[in-house]
Amino acid sequence: MPGKLKAKIVAGRHLPVMDRASDLTDAFVEVKFGNTTFKTDVCPKSLNPQWNSEWFKFEVDDEDLQDEPLQITVLDHDTYSANDAIGKVYIDIDPLLCSEAASVISGWFPIYDTIHGIRGEINVLVKVDLFNDLNRFRQSSCGVKFFCTTSIPRCYRVAMVHGFVEELVVNEDPEYQWIDRIRTPRASNEARQRLISLMSGELQRKIGLKVLEMGGNAVVGYLQCFDLEGESGLVVRAIGTACTLDKLSSGAAASINTHMHPNTAPASNACNSPSKDGKEPVFTEDLPSSSGPPTPFRALPTTSSSPPPFSPSKPCSRQSSSSDTDLSLTPKTGMGSGGSAGKEAGPLKTLLRQQTQTALEQREFPFFTLTSFPPGFLVHVGGVVSARSVKLLDRIHNPDEPETRDAWWEEIRQEIKSHAKALGCHAVVGYSESTSICEEVCILSASGTAAILNPRYMRDGCLDIGSSDHRLFLSMCVCMFNVNCVFEEPSPPSCGFCHIPYDELNMPFPAQLTYCYHCRRQKVPDVLFTTIDLPPEAAVTGQGCLIQARLCRLKKKAQGEVNATAISNLLPFMEYELHTQLMNKLKLRSMNALFGLRIQISVGENMLLGLASATGVYLTALPAPGGIQIAGKTPGDLSNEHHILAIQKRINDTIAKNKELYQINPPELTEEAVGSPIPEPRQRSRLFRSHSESSDELSELDLSHGKKDAFVLEIDDTDAVEDIHSLLTDAPTPTGFYSCNTEIMPGIYNWTSGLQMFTSVRVFRLSNANLTNQGLNKIFTDLCENLLKSLYFKLRSMIPCCLCHLNFTVAVPEEELIQVAVTAVAMTFDKDQSQEKPGDRAMTKGGSENEEQLQFPLELCAESTSANNQPSAKIPAPSVDYGSFADRCSTWLELLRLKAHTIRRGSVKTISSSERCSPLPEGRSRSLRSTRSFGGSSVTVVKMTPLSFLPGTRIVKYLGIINMFFIRETTSLREEGGVSGFLHSFIAEVFAMVRAHVAALGGNAVVSYSMKECVFMENPNKNQAQCLINVSGDAVIFVRDTDQEATPAQMNTGQTCNSGTDGAT
Amino acid sequence: MSVELDVFVGNTTIMDEEVYQLWLDGHTVNDAVKVRMEGGVLDECEASADVLLSDTMDQYRTFQMCERLLYSPAKLANQLLFQIPPHRQAMLIERYYAFDDVFVREVLGKKLSKGTKKDLDDVSAKTGVTLKSCRRQFDNFKRVFKVVEELKGPLVENIRQHFLLSDKLARDYAAIVFFANNRFETGKRKLQYLTFQDFAFCAGQLINNWTVGAVGENNMVEDMDVDLDKEFLQELKELKILITDKDLLDQHKSLVCTALRGKTKAFNEMEANFKNLSRGLVNIAAKLTNTKDVRDFFIDLVEKFIEPCRSDRWTAADMRIYLTHYHNSAHILDTFKHQVVWDRYMGVVKSCIFKMYHD
Repeated sequence: MPGKLKAKIVAGRHLPVMDRASDLTDAFVEVKFGNTTFKTDVCPKSLNPQWNSEWFKFEVDDEDLQDEPLQITVLDHDTYSANDAIGKVYIDIDPLLCSEAASVISGWFPIYDTIHGIRGEINVLVKVDLFNDLNRFRQSSCGVKFFCTTSIPRCYRVAMVHGFVEELVVNEDPEYQWIDRIRTPRASNEARQRLISLMSGELQRKIGLKVLEMGGNAVVGYLQCFDLEGESGLVVRAIGTACTLDKLSSGAAASINTHMHPNTAPASNACNSPSKDGKEPVFTEDLPSSSGPPTPFRALPTTSSSPPPFSPSKPCSRQSSSSDTDLSLTPKTGMGSGGSAGKEAGPLKTLLRQQTQTALEQREFPFFTLTSFPPGFLVHVGGVVSARSVKLLDRIHNPDEPETRDAWWEEIRQEIKSHAKALGCHAVVGYSESTSICEEVCILSASGTAAILNPRYMRDGCLDIGSSDHRLFLSMCVCMFNVNCVFEEPSPPSCGFCHIPYDELNMPFPAQLTYCYHCRRQKVPDVLFTTIDLPPEAAVTGQGCLIQARLCRLKKKAQGEVNATAISNLLPFMEYELHTQLMNKLKLRSMNALFGLRIQISVGENMLLGLASATGVYLTALPAPGGIQIAGKTPGDLSNEHHILAIQKRINDTIAKNKELYQINPPELTEEAVGSPIPEPRQRSRLFRSHSESSDELSELDLSHGKKDAFVLEIDDTDAVEDIHSLLTDAPTPTGFYSCNTEIMPGIYNWTSGLQMFTSVRVFRLSNANLTNQGLNKIFTDLCENLLKSLYFKLRSMIPCCLCHLNFTVAVPEEELIQVAVTAVAMTFDKDQSQEKPGDRAMTKGGSENEEQLQFPLELCAESTSANNQPSAKIPAPSVDYGSFADRCSTWLELLRLKAHTIRRGSVKTISSSERCSPLPEGRSRSLRSTRSFGGSSVTVVKMTPLSFLPGTRIVKYLGIINMFFIRETTSLREEGGVSGFLHSFIAEVFAMVRAHVAALGGNAVVSYSMKECVFMENPNKNQAQCLINVSGDAVIFVRDTDQEATPAQMNTGQTCNSGTDGAT
Repeated sequence: MSVELDVFVGNTTIMDEEVYQLWLDGHTVNDAVKVRMEGGVLDECEASADVLLSDTMDQYRTFQMCERLLYSPAKLANQLLFQIPPHRQAMLIERYYAFDDVFVREVLGKKLSKGTKKDLDDVSAKTGVTLKSCRRQFDNFKRVFKVVEELKGPLVENIRQHFLLSDKLARDYAAIVFFANNRFETGKRKLQYLTFQDFAFCAGQLINNWTVGAVGENNMVEDMDVDLDKEFLQELKELKILITDKDLLDQHKSLVCTALRGKTKAFNEMEANFKNLSRGLVNIAAKLTNTKDVRDFFIDLVEKFIEPCRSDRWTAADMRIYLTHYHNSAHILDTFKHQVVWDRYMGVVKSCIFKMYHD
């Protein structure tokens, strides 16, 4: 009996009239937990009843406390007939189970009915007495803290990062049970809501157990999702990063110097190895790697999952070569040697593990759901890795058991891991998983950013564990270093993460490498794509902006395997095209890196939708992007040429305009790039990158050879026409607005306190007309663009402001319908200071270190020559290895590759303009500006934001996770204002319920808020509609920084400086 | 191909005051879009007509959802559905309850019944106020009327507290309720020149001086500010002596004329008309016990007093000086014992006439 739950029903207000005759209501309340139910007295004839009940006490296991919600039902007493339900309130009592979170839940909750929406409010008090001295049941995990926030929560410091945790539970969907045929929609909806609430509780408890086993006390970056599989069940799954967090004393939050110790293995050895010289990361070719994902598709049809893990990445066998890298990586295993389990998981982990004897081996996945890290944690970033797999839900053998789905995800994660290895990385950060389901077909997707994490932090982490090993470990590390001849030098924090982690000789994909424009010592790629937030210490030129690639592909309607195969076959092309679009748009904005990349592919009966969103920035460390050249196939044709010239001019103008707009003026910009003549016709067969690369190498510090070919688009190609079209039709953001999909906007640092979180949903109905892919693309693009325009218009009163964390979700709810949902926050900033640049930091450091590194470049050069050939040679090779399936894979892989060459051939960038690593103005300001305060309000105002902080404030307490699932249904759609009216009020109701729960916990804000699911179905003919929404976030208490210093963002930067410094020296 | 669903929901509810006004004024979405376009919002923000349409529809929807909360404005402050900053709440309420003077002028003093509501389309045609807006305004009157009808205590204060209105607006509503309750005739042609504000002022005078609540002893009587003080009305009959007693009438006249002589150009007319005018005013007072005559109070004032004066070309200053002396002189009449009632009556009548004496 580890706990006693107590609830008291105080009063109600604004109840609906339930008795027409008297225009009043005789309300009473049922309070239910588990199987125990209590009732209050009836409060006759009142719309504002005062029950003031006694304390209802439930004595329950803590396991139940975690799983079950407290269910409060308000009813209207009826003497003659059955009592009518007015509505319900589900209260998740999890926050009360953790001593550091809330101690009491008390407040007004909206009374919610799935058919009528909110009907009045009820005031409730809930407390829990936990008997801590009792032996803990292994089944419960009370006390483990959960955070949706994907960074270290503001008032904590990390003692240790344990690594990836995941769990998945399955149940039959009540909507598909036989009983559903005879029960009311209300009963069915409530059964579903309750089930999901139970399943979420169970899932959280199970994850909590894993965390406890690992020795942690918290899950950060907790991401929970639902898969409504239909007949085969309802899946609730979650991933997160297990950590040990220490609460920072008092208000110290501001000074948070969090060190993350990824003890997790990954970091460890891997770090070293990679350290090879940190070079640059990835980029462009992520694509290919991402293409990897599709691979599985082959497998898919056979639902069963033969995990053919695909190969894509492998195909890039070079990886094998990278194996060296791997080697180094692997050593970990070796190293871990001590650790039996070492497997791929970082050795460190192993070591740690051994030490702690926790002996769980499942750390096989060195994944982190975090997207932003303590300074110095992230050493190098390799690039985006992603994997997708198409599965058939009706082929699950045991639909009620989680095994099959577990196996699916396992497969995908393995693939991600191998992609990361291919990039010379031992860890994946910014990791997330998602699904898209249409009938019986399900696309599973996972993506993240391959990275190398800092061993130093690991070391710190080790401290907690036992010094001896640690030493050992260190020495090993050192050895490795030597072996590799690499020295892990502290690279300047402002550019270090851009340096490639992989071996230049064994590049996983074709890329242009140059010396870092910032420190000049190590190699960087020409473009960098990642799924994480821009590290606060990164040197950036100008501002960033939202970049989206959108794509529609028709597919034939089909069933079963045929359908799955068709989808699988389309996936790689979609990824490729999305990637191409992103590249083009990036160049058009004269930027060279993407952060927060999220590619969503959504499946419908007759089409696939792809939407990639990211925030583009100009990383000072990377070379300036080349321009975009348009080429015609038939140069002779005059009119054609004229046309081409016109387009070229528009493109050039746009680039120039964008540079100005985003204030991108790195030192010498290069007219050449922009205006350079069209490169000579390239031959398809040419090995790509050969030249430019070598020239890079040679030039060492002198990178300016002006004429590299710029990015060429061939206009005869219909695809290219489309590309160009979409390039130029993207409307610029209106003056005074910025937008990004990351936490904060690169280049803007002086946030003021204006804040508006919003959700916007649009559904577009396609006409019956036969649509082509192009037509669809246009419609889809317009839909997204118009949505953005509407947002800008709506929020115009906040100018100057930035839309942050713009999170687009697309779906194909029915044939001919496209749904786009956006959740974001608009934040105001102080214009005057936006352009200030801090300048100093980091840069100096970079300079000083330069010399020591000179030797490396040499080596690199040597290697590089050989490197050039290898990749190309190898590409085809891998294909051979795979069986019949593989053949297919390789075919498309090759195809992609070929295409890639043609298109990007030259992508090289180039304009290497600068030779000095002059510190560019970074465009970042650390102004300390106190913010204005919000006007006070009589009701508890609850702020909501998808970000992990609120500008101008300090979070002093995390009260627990908010994770709510609601269903709303109507049979009087027209009367409720049609679909828009219905959804509008439902979303408003969801916000209201979230706010009420937060307020009842004693909080005044929700951070890291997200709407993870918004499933809308309608049947206008029957005047019906149904919608399911799932939202989550962290309830917090914040206080305003009245003082002096610092909005959180600023804190961040400041902090960065400090710790960055520490780290570097 | 069409946008089937399009919603925008902010954690803090976004409301554009301009659109709110258009909505209140009863414009359709399309009209509103047109008006906004002409207003030039688009130029400011580089937006297209589609954007404007979508925004307008969204806002209209939001207002519709808020509307039921506005029926009892106190709810707006403690409801949970919309998070609206207090100053915006105040704006929403104040504007929702604001009305057009031309409209209210049409229904002032009428019974707030279904029948009246049915005739609103005529009112709409006549005033140029959209039917939708007429209905809203009418329903507001009715709602306020119903609520305060059952409340004890001072009328203006009740309205202000229940509907969270500004003092000015609360007073106007008090006037409307007062008129509706007593069914004062305001629609006759002779009264057409009077504005709502004239009547509102008069209503204020009556409420403050002639109702049960005006006496001030017991503050918690129902309808204390809505019903006229019956006892007072009864006492008004006593004033008849001023015209029925010949001596008194002559004495009164001479006192007034003495005071006025040489102070106004209209002296002759004043002297000539004194008895008529005095009879008019006193008769009005004496008849107020009849409900019917209460209704005709304003028309009587106009017919019996204002029109004769106007035809004699009295200026406003003439009126002021005449009535002041007419009122004060009665105090000097030895045999006239009803000074208190006289003051209570004349104080109101004087200020009403001052207000009503214009073109």
